[in-house]
Amino acid sequence: MKPKNQRLVLVSAALVAVLAAVLLAMWGLRDRASYFYTPADILAGKAADGQPARLGGMVEKGSIQHEPDGVTIRFVVTDGKAAMPVVFRGIPPDLFREGSGAVAEGRLQNGVFVAETILAKHDERYMPPELGNLAAEHKAGKTLAR
Amino acid sequence: MIAEAGLAALWLAAGLAAYQLVLMLLALRTDVEVVRPMRAVAVVQGALTMIAFAMLLLVFARSDMSVALVFENSHSAKPFIYKVAGAWGNHEGSMLMWVTILAVAGALLALFSRRTGERTLIAALGSQALLALGFYAFLLIASNPFARLSPAAPDGQGLNPLLQDPGLAFHPPTLYLGYVGLSVAFSLAVGALLTGEVDSRLARAMRPWVLGAWILLTLGITAGSYWAYYELGWGGYWFWDPVENASLMPWLAATALLHSINVLASRGALKAWTMMLAVIAFSMSMVGTFLVRSGILTSVHAFAIDPERGTFLLALLAIYVGAAFTLFALRGATLKEGAPFELVSRETGLVINNLLLSVILGIVFLGTLYPLFVEAISGEKLSVGAPYFNSVAGPLALFLAVLVGIGPLLSWRRERRRVFGLLKVPALLAATALAITIILAPGIGILPRLGLTIAAFLAAASVLPLVVRNPLRAPLATWGMVIAHFGIAVALIGMAANAAFSAETLAIAKPGETLNVGPWFVQLKDVTPTAGKNYTALEAELRASRGDGMIVLNPQTHYYSDPPTETNESAIRTVWNGQLYTVLGRSDPSGGWQLRLWWKPFVTLIWAGGALIAFGGALALLGRLWRIRRPRRARGEWHRKGYA
Repeated sequence: MKPKNQRLVLVSAALVAVLAAVLLAMWGLRDRASYFYTPADILAGKAADGQPARLGGMVEKGSIQHEPDGVTIRFVVTDGKAAMPVVFRGIPPDLFREGSGAVAEGRLQNGVFVAETILAKHDERYMPPELGNLAAEHKAGKTLAR
Repeated sequence: MIAEAGLAALWLAAGLAAYQLVLMLLALRTDVEVVRPMRAVAVVQGALTMIAFAMLLLVFARSDMSVALVFENSHSAKPFIYKVAGAWGNHEGSMLMWVTILAVAGALLALFSRRTGERTLIAALGSQALLALGFYAFLLIASNPFARLSPAAPDGQGLNPLLQDPGLAFHPPTLYLGYVGLSVAFSLAVGALLTGEVDSRLARAMRPWVLGAWILLTLGITAGSYWAYYELGWGGYWFWDPVENASLMPWLAATALLHSINVLASRGALKAWTMMLAVIAFSMSMVGTFLVRSGILTSVHAFAIDPERGTFLLALLAIYVGAAFTLFALRGATLKEGAPFELVSRETGLVINNLLLSVILGIVFLGTLYPLFVEAISGEKLSVGAPYFNSVAGPLALFLAVLVGIGPLLSWRRERRRVFGLLKVPALLAATALAITIILAPGIGILPRLGLTIAAFLAAASVLPLVVRNPLRAPLATWGMVIAHFGIAVALIGMAANAAFSAETLAIAKPGETLNVGPWFVQLKDVTPTAGKNYTALEAELRASRGDGMIVLNPQTHYYSDPPTETNESAIRTVWNGQLYTVLGRSDPSGGWQLRLWWKPFVTLIWAGGALIAFGGALALLGRLWRIRRPRRARGEWHRKGYA
C-alpha cells in the first residue's frame, strides 16, 4: 500500500469504528436502559409490564410483611400521591426501614413490582440519586406552591 | 500551622507551574536557554506538592479537628491506618492526591527524559504545567483541603464504614497513579504535535509511562473489583457502575495506546493515530475524574443546583480536551505516515485491536453518559446496567480475545510464516472445550460457553510466540506480552465459569440447621455477639463440608456508631476450584437467621488473570527500561527480534 492510500484506509477505518460504536450503543440503549418511575408514574401506566425498571419512593410505615420462607418480604412504596406493592426475595440493605427512602430495581408483573435489588440510604449522608432528586423536586414544588 | 504550611506549599507550587508555562512560551519566541530552569522548576513543584500532601496526611494522622476536612471525614476513635487513608477518602483530599501525582509525574519527566528532542521536552513540560495549573486553581478556589473550622470541633463525623477496609488504603492511590501517569503521555503527545517531532524516538520515550500507568490501572481495577466483591456482599465482581466505568475507560484507551505505540516505536507508522490515542487516554482519565468528583452521578439536579465544583471541572475538561483536539486537528494532517505495511501483517493486527478497543470504549462511554444526557435534556431518569454493557460490548470483547491469540504471531510489514498451521493446536483445544461444555453443561448461556471455548483457544495460542523460538533468548518484553495475553485467557475462564456454574442459596436457618449450595453442605452452628475496635458485631459460625474435612466461616454484621451504619461482612473461603461465599442477613422472629450462600467455581481466576496481566506488563516495562539503560545492545537486538 502506498503511504497516502494507507492513511486513507486508516482514517476510514477510524470513522467506521466511531460509527459502529454509536450505532451499536444506540441499538443497545433503545431497549436495555431501565427507567426510573415513581408509584404515581406506574399507576398512570408509564411502565410497561415486564420491562426492566426502577421504582423509587418511601417505604410505607407498617407495610413490611415477611413471608413464611423468611427471605421474601412484601412492602409498599409510596410517593405521597400513589402506592405500589413490592415483593423482594433477598437480604435487604442495611438501612432499609419503614418510613425511609428506597429504590427497587426489577420489573412490574401483574400490578406488583418484583424487585431484584433494593438500594437504600447508605448512611445518613448518602441517598440513592433518584431519591435525592425526588427530595429536591419536592422542595422545589413546595417553594413554587408557596 | 501544619494546615497553613500545606496551603502555602500548594500556592507556591501553583506559582511555579505558572512560571514553568511562561518559560515554555519564552522558548517558543526566543532563543533563551530554558531547558535547565524548566527541569528545576518542575522538580521543585513536584516536591512542593509532596509537602502539601504530607501536611494533609499529618493533620489526618493527628485527628486535628480544627481542619474542616478532618472533622467531616474522620473520627478520633478510628484505627490509625484508616485515619491516614481517610485523607484521600474524600473529595478535597483525593483531588490533592491527584494534583500531587500530576506534579510528581512532571518532575520525573523533567528528571529522566533524555530520549525526546529538547524542544519536544520543553513543550511537554509546558503542557504538564498547564494541566497542573488548572487543577491547582480547582483546589485553591473550589476545594481547599486545608480550610479551618472555627471553632474546632470536639470530634469528627466519621468515615463511611464501607470505606474502612484495607482495600481503601491502596485502591484509589493505585488508580490515581494510573490515571495521572497517562498525563505524561498526553503532554508528550501535545509537545510532539507542537514541534512536529512525532517519531519512534518519541514513542520509545512515551512507552514506559504508558506501560507504567496501564499496569497500575490494571492493578487498580482488579483490586477494586475484588474489593466490591467481598465488601458489598452481593457476590458480583463488576457492576457496570459509572464509577467503575470511569476507571475502565482510561484502561481501554491505554490498552489501545500501548499496542499502537509499539507500531510507532518499531515501524514509525500510525503516527497521528498514536498521538490521538495518547490524547484520548488522558482525556478519559479526566472524564473519569469529572464523573466521580463533580457529584453529577449523585444527581444531575444537584450538579445544576450546586455547580461550583462540577462546572469548574467540566470547564477544565472542556478546555484541555478541546485544546488538545484542536491541536491534533491542526497538526495531525501534517504528519507524514511512516513505513507502509501489507494487509496481512502485524500492523494490521494491531490496527484491528485498536479499532475493537475503541469501539468498546465508545460503547462504554455512551452507555455511561447516556443517562446523564437524557436527564439533563428531558428530566427523565434512567439507568444503564449490565444488560446493555454485557450484550453490546461482550461479543466484541470475545472477538477481540480470539484476535489476541492470532495477532502476535504475525510478522511486521508482511506476513511470511504460515500462521494458520501454528494455530492448529489451539483450535483443536477450543473445539474440545466446546464439545465438553455441550456434553457436560448443555444448559449454560451462549456467552459463557463462547467464553470458555475462546479462553481455551487463547490460553494455548498466547504462548505460541515463545514456542516458535528459543524461549530463553526471547526478550523480556515478549515474555511480558505472552504472560499478559495468557492472563486474559485465565480471567476469561473465571468470568465464564462464574457466569455458567455459580450456585446460590438464600434461605433462613436456625442454629443447628444445614443448608445446601452446589456441592457444599453448610451448617449454621450459632450466632454470637462480638466487638471490634470501633464497632459491635454479630458473628455467625458456619461449618461447611463437601465430603472431605470441614471448614469454618464467620460472616459478620457490623454496627458502627459514628456515623450509625451497619455493614454485612461476608466470609469467603477459597479452595482450589473456587470460592464459598457466605453472608449473614437478619434474624427472624422465630429465631432463624437469613443466610446467603454462593458457590462460585473458579471465580478466583478473574483476579488471578488481572494480576497476571499486570505482571506481564511489569515484565515488559522492566525489559524496556533495561534497554533504555543499555541502548547499544538494544539497537543490535532491534533487527533480530520479531516479537516486541
